[in-house]
Amino acid sequence: MSAGSDQQSVRCMVAKVGLDGHDRGAHVIARAFRDAGFEVIYSGLHKGPDEIVQAAVQEDVDVLGISILSGAHDTLVPKIMDGLEEYGAKEDTLVLVGGVIPEEDRQPLKDEGVSAIFGPGTSIEETIEFVRENTPER
Amino acid sequence: MKSNRELFESLLAGEHRALARVISKIENRSPGYRDLVSELYAHTGEADVIGITGSPGAGKSTLVDKLAETYREPGETVGVIAIDPSSPFTGGAVLGDRIRMASTVGDMDVFVRSMSARGTLGGLSTATADAVKAMDAFGKDKIIIETVGAGQNEIDIVRTADTVAVLVPPGSGDDIQTLKAGILEIADVFVVNKADRDGTDRTVQELRDMILLDSGDGYSSGGGNHHSQEVIDAHDDWEPGDNEDRATGWTTPIVETVATRSEGVEELLAEFESHREYLVDSDERAAQVRQRYAEEIRTLLREDVHAMLEAELEAAGGIDDLAESVRRGETDPYSIAGDLLEPVENCVGELRVDEE
Repeated sequence: MSAGSDQQSVRCMVAKVGLDGHDRGAHVIARAFRDAGFEVIYSGLHKGPDEIVQAAVQEDVDVLGISILSGAHDTLVPKIMDGLEEYGAKEDTLVLVGGVIPEEDRQPLKDEGVSAIFGPGTSIEETIEFVRENTPER
Repeated sequence: MKSNRELFESLLAGEHRALARVISKIENRSPGYRDLVSELYAHTGEADVIGITGSPGAGKSTLVDKLAETYREPGETVGVIAIDPSSPFTGGAVLGDRIRMASTVGDMDVFVRSMSARGTLGGLSTATADAVKAMDAFGKDKIIIETVGAGQNEIDIVRTADTVAVLVPPGSGDDIQTLKAGILEIADVFVVNKADRDGTDRTVQELRDMILLDSGDGYSSGGGNHHSQEVIDAHDDWEPGDNEDRATGWTTPIVETVATRSEGVEELLAEFESHREYLVDSDERAAQVRQRYAEEIRTLLREDVHAMLEAELEAAGGIDDLAESVRRGETDPYSIAGDLLEPVENCVGELRVDEE
């Protein structure tokens, strides 16, 4: 399906995972995605990896954006990736991670299948552009 | 990437991912989605479809969550379609109903899908009806459609359901008056949610009065309210002993709930069940289903003709040039519409002659 069809809309999920109550960033991203014309599903706070996976599979999202500021990315993100794989959704879902991710943790996350990591200071335009260019063809 | 055939097989085999993908195809109007849906039809008809509507903040999502939880106890599987408005300017939407559906999290047998309008005329109600078919064929026992009751579009959507519950928050006061048009006719059950709040008794009383009053209006105006004649008949039952022969009709019940504490949910489910029995016993279900399919056929035809005319417009140089010629005063919209449609009408006319 070409992205040019007028019925096609990019479906994104913005997810907060784990014990991390900081959702200002996730809200800003959700709004910006909406204004970019995407359909955004916001997970709400304090979701477990299995809940994120369930929602991502049922909603059949093209893009899963995980916001983590708690430092638990190295345990939570692999759990989500494994869950997606279980449902056969890992391959064609664009997974992004946003938040405070130390430099040395980035490559391991990418090895898990995360497509991009956006740290503090990333412009919203940059993120949206990345989504537009990299949303998997289905 | 799976072919439509594989997707169809996987959906029938109960793969959640396949169901999710089929609904996306329906939403996207992907190539081949029509064949897919028409094949699905053979496997449908088992599920009970319930529509939940009401003003924003009435507690729809919370109630849907509790309904799903209660259905799950005896092991029934549930599908939920939550519909949110999208921006008419960017097409973007934030679909937030999921946040409040926490009771059944981690249970894949509750399949929640958020949908939004994608700007086509009547398109959402078609997409919703098709998504219901997909969930039905998948094998869901109960399907709940949740939507904000704001206008005609939403009313069309909940009509996809067998039983429609309209949520009214307590203390609505004059709001009930504004609900009258349209909403009264589609309600099979009224739910006064947040019934622990002040004003509940009054709201229930007002609803009851409104139902009574409406039935009175219905008779004096000689059925001007035509498509709710059945409902009007049903309301006659408010007077016990009066018109015994009409006692087979459906009495729109009013149920009080506190969704956050699951209070009244069992009673509500009991009302859904008796409405379902009523539909079957009274043969109204057949009429309802017939009307629904008639509407679906019309919508599909409208969409097809619309697409055909869009192509015709392109061939005639695009809408922009035509609009510009009107702006310059060279012609008018009526002449353009007439000119564009003329060849189509001629074709159709010739076809009919050929057939004869």
